[in-house]
Order: sequence, then C-alpha cells, then structure tokens
Amino acid sequence: MTETTARLVKVPGSKGYRRENPYLRRFLIALSFLFAFLLLALPLLAVLSQAFGNGFQLFWNSLTNFFTLKAMYLTVITTLSAVLANTLFGLAAAWALTRYRFKGQGLMITLIDLPFAISPIIAGLIFILTYGRLGWAYEFFDERGLKIVFATPGVIMATIFVTIPFVAREIIPVLAARGTDEEQAAVLMGAGFFRVFFQVTFPHIRWALLYSVILCAARAMGEFGAVSVVSGHLRGKTNTLPLHIEILYNEHHYREAFAVSAILVITSILILTARSVVERLAKKESGPNVR
Amino acid sequence: MLKTLFFALAVAIGLTLAAPLSAPLFADVELTNVSYDPTRELYEDFNKAFQKYWQDKKKETISVVQSHGGSAKQARSVIEGNEADVVTLALAIDITAIEAAGLIKPGWQAKLPNNSSPYTSTIVFLTRVGNPKKIKDWGDLARPGVGVITPNPKTSGGARWNYLAAWAWASAKYKGDEKAIRDYIKKVFDNVLVLDSGARGSTNTFVQNGQGDVLLAWENEAYLSLAERPGELEIVTPPTSILAEPPVAVVDTYVDKKGTRELATEYLKYLYSDQGQRIAGEHYYRPSNPNILKEFGKYFDLSIKLITIDDPLFGGWEKTQKLHFTDGGIFDQLYTKK
Repeated sequence: MTETTARLVKVPGSKGYRRENPYLRRFLIALSFLFAFLLLALPLLAVLSQAFGNGFQLFWNSLTNFFTLKAMYLTVITTLSAVLANTLFGLAAAWALTRYRFKGQGLMITLIDLPFAISPIIAGLIFILTYGRLGWAYEFFDERGLKIVFATPGVIMATIFVTIPFVAREIIPVLAARGTDEEQAAVLMGAGFFRVFFQVTFPHIRWALLYSVILCAARAMGEFGAVSVVSGHLRGKTNTLPLHIEILYNEHHYREAFAVSAILVITSILILTARSVVERLAKKESGPNVR
Repeated sequence: MLKTLFFALAVAIGLTLAAPLSAPLFADVELTNVSYDPTRELYEDFNKAFQKYWQDKKKETISVVQSHGGSAKQARSVIEGNEADVVTLALAIDITAIEAAGLIKPGWQAKLPNNSSPYTSTIVFLTRVGNPKKIKDWGDLARPGVGVITPNPKTSGGARWNYLAAWAWASAKYKGDEKAIRDYIKKVFDNVLVLDSGARGSTNTFVQNGQGDVLLAWENEAYLSLAERPGELEIVTPPTSILAEPPVAVVDTYVDKKGTRELATEYLKYLYSDQGQRIAGEHYYRPSNPNILKEFGKYFDLSIKLITIDDPLFGGWEKTQKLHFTDGGIFDQLYTKK
C-alpha cells in the first residue's frame, strides 16, 4: 500500500510497458481508505464504544430488558420466516425460469427484481392498502379472526417482500450456466423429480443457496422502512430490533439504543464473516468459476 | 462440512425459538393505548399505577401495550386497522378523524371532564443555557439570525400549536392586521433550520444534534430535555401562549370487538383520579384538576396568559385546520413561497 516505486504495467495490444502513474495510484488508495474510514469504520466504532463505554454489566442489562428481548424474538422469527419463504420461492422461481419456457418469463424476472427498486415505504403502504381496515382483503381475514397489518404477519410479509430477490437472483445464473444435460441424463435413467433435484441439481447450487440465504438473513434482520409502516409500533408486540432501536433513541435511552445497535452490528459482522467462509469453501470445492 | 453448517444452523434456530419461553409473557387481558410522541414516559408510569389499581380492584392482571408516534400518523394507523382500545392523542381533530372513519361514536368529547383532556400543556421556548440570543417573546423568533427548530405543522400536532401560538401573539401585537401577521409567521418559518415530522424528532435535532438557537416545544418536552441535559439548556416561558388540550377517547368499534369496553373506560377515568393527575404533573403536564395543578406551581409559570383553540380568534379546530393546515392553506402559502 505504501509502495512508492511505480509499477510497470503491460499495455494490451502494444509491445512495451508503460509506467503507472504513482500519484494517481496513491491518491485512489488513499481516497478509498478515507471513505471507508469516515463512512464505515468511524461510525461503527462509535456505536461499539458507546455501547460498551459504560461497562459490560450495563450493556448486558440493556439487552435483557423485556422489550428488547421481545424485539429480538420477533426479529428472529421474522428473519427465519423470510429466509424459509424466500428459499422455497427462490428455488421454485429459479427452477421454473431456467428449466421451463413459458409466457411471461421476462415479466417474472422483472417482478422478482421489483423489491430492489421500490422504496421500502411503498412496500409497507401496499400492505396497508391491501390488508388494512380500508383495504379490499381486510374483511376476508377479519371474519376469520386474522390480523395481518399492525400484527406479526404483516411484519413478516413486509420483510419477505423486501428480501424476495436475494435467493432467486443468486440461484438463477448458476442454474442457467449449468444447463440441463446432467438432469436430462438422470431423467432418462429413470430418476423422479425429487431425486433429480436433490442428487443432481442441488449439489451444484448448494453454495450459491447458502450464500444467498446468508445475505437474505442479513437484510431481513435489518429491515426498517417497510416494517415501520406496517408495525403500528406496538411495543413488545410488533417492534423488531431496528424499530426498537429507534424507540430507545427517541426516548433518550441512548445507552440502550447503542447497546442494541451493537448487537445488530456484531451480528452483521458475523454474517459477513460467514459469507467469506462460504465463498472460500465454495471456491475450494468447485474451482473459481462458482462465485 | 456442509452438513455441519446446516446442523449448527438447526441448533441455533432451536435455541432461539426456545429462548422466549423463559421470558415473561403478556397477561391475559391486554389494552392497547395508541398515543403521540411525548407521552411515552407519562404512560409508562401511569400504566404501572393503573395495573396495580386494576389488580387491587378487579383481581385481574392486565398489560398495556403502548404505541407512540406523530399524532396524525397514529390516528391514521387506527383508521387503517391498528386496533387501539384507547387513543390519547395531541389534538381533538385527530380523534375526530377516527370518529369520521366510524370507529368512535360522535359526542366522545363530552364523555369525560374538561373536553376529555385530563391534562393540558402549553408551548414554551427551549434555548441554550444563558439564552445567548436573548429570546424572550414570540417577536424574537422573527429576528434575523435566530435559528428556530420546530416540527412540521402538516404532520405534527405539537407543531400546529407552535404555529397557532405564534399566530395568536402576532394577532394581538398587530391588532388583527392579517398581512402583518402573515409577514411575521413567514419570517419565523424562514428562520426554521430543520423541519422534522414529529415533536420528538425536533427535540433530538435541538438537544442531541445541537442545531438552532431555540426549540418551540411542549412544556413537558422542554422540562424533560432540561432533566436530560442539566446545565446546557434553559426554558423561557413567553408572556402569552396557547392552551393545548390533548384529548383521550375510547375507540368504540375496537373495544366492542374485543370486549374491553369497561377496562378501556376505567383506564381513561383513572387519568382524572388524584394519582393519575399527579403522575401527569410529575411528567410536566399541567393537571386539569386545579388543586393538583397548584401542587406543581413550582414548575409551571401559572401567570402565563393562555389562549384556547375555541377563542374567537381561531373558532375551533375544524375551522382552524381548514384555514391553516389543509393543502394550499395559509401555512402552505407562507412556507412554500420562500
């Protein structure tokens, strides 16, 4: 990084070597570090130091507060539901899009991407408009005693909505790249659908699946916008950890807010570590062309 | 390797699902109070007192679920299906909106004493300690170079009171000359540095983030901030301000659906008991019971001249809302034409 001698760079299509501009190189590296430091490292350090600044006992007390535990529980339930739903949907969608030809394929791919492009507040509002008291689906569920928005199902549905693309987007390219030769051979040899899927297809996509599940979990855990709209902010009932952090902060409970934030930050770091491990294992196992 | 990973995942899932079994669960009977931003601490204390009262009286353990946010936004969520047993909001008009949606029966405001407002509050100034910009009265807010922090009157109940208190002062000062009043209000809002959507957001902007010279705040928020940041802030009570009467109501449709009418009604009535009134006072709300208000005379400047929304100047909430705060109303005219 601090290497000062200019490196020689081979210019494609020409015979000779050209000198790399050493100042540009240093400038770009310094700029990247400056950005990473100011926008990532510094704020994260601030959160952690605020969280642990008053000693571990206080940190622990903030986490074992009743409402914090409730929020953690809801976040775990929500994340697991989102991961499960999106794994099933993602696999089904990826399979359908790469193994079958049907009308509306392009539309399907666009729809899968929609949650990436749409603002989370709209993701929340569409659920209110559909399942809220004034929405067209409200009566159907209300008659059956089911509450969707301003209750746990709404929180889970909003989270699933914003994380829909993660699994499908990751699996589709892998399946498309592999083609269907092996599967066709298996079918010819008499294997049923599930046998083909689990013994032929799955081994090829398992790393991509694990990778996407990890990212999906990270996103689901931290979702704020869409969930905030549908939650109704009922403390101990529909507050996930991110919403709970906002409440704590607004209530002047800064120490608790930062302690709970630290939990989310640490979990994110663990998740990213898991992602790198998965990436490395996948490369080791199947060569560099799979992620 | 992969098998171990999946196994570890399964164990983690099992553990996390089992964890809440050890955490206390909610009681059988549950009451949901959908309220506005600055009442969080008040209702935290009040709920504890009421739970004890109810336990002694009815031998029934209850839990109260709290929800807080901007008053209009909270009313909206109740209309959209957030099943509140009681609403304790900043403005009568927000409860009227729920009434218009058919969830609260007309005439709710006459069901409880003092226009269904168990406590009142007013708008004061919160300045940096020593009041370096010498802000004493409403006129000072229009001075050049004074950074004003207030939430947005379109989304925040408190902010509408701020705006109306300023209007009332200007109306008296300029003897009802509407052009002069508008000029004054425009100058004040030109001085606004950050227009948050809720009262608590503005308090954080002023106190935590150090923006601006003066925060137009609920009296109770101002005292709360003072306690949070001793030695940094100062409360200035202007000679005149507005009497804010945050009302409370039972949400008829939802209590009938859930069978919680008696509990919800008793909950609101308990706000008027001596204990309920003292809890309000301890959280710097002005108790509506005059005797209990006197007990808290050391906090509150009881000499302040307070104008109500029903004063002929404003003519009630409905008229005021239409004239000032609807889209294209006076506030929009003054704030957008910068």
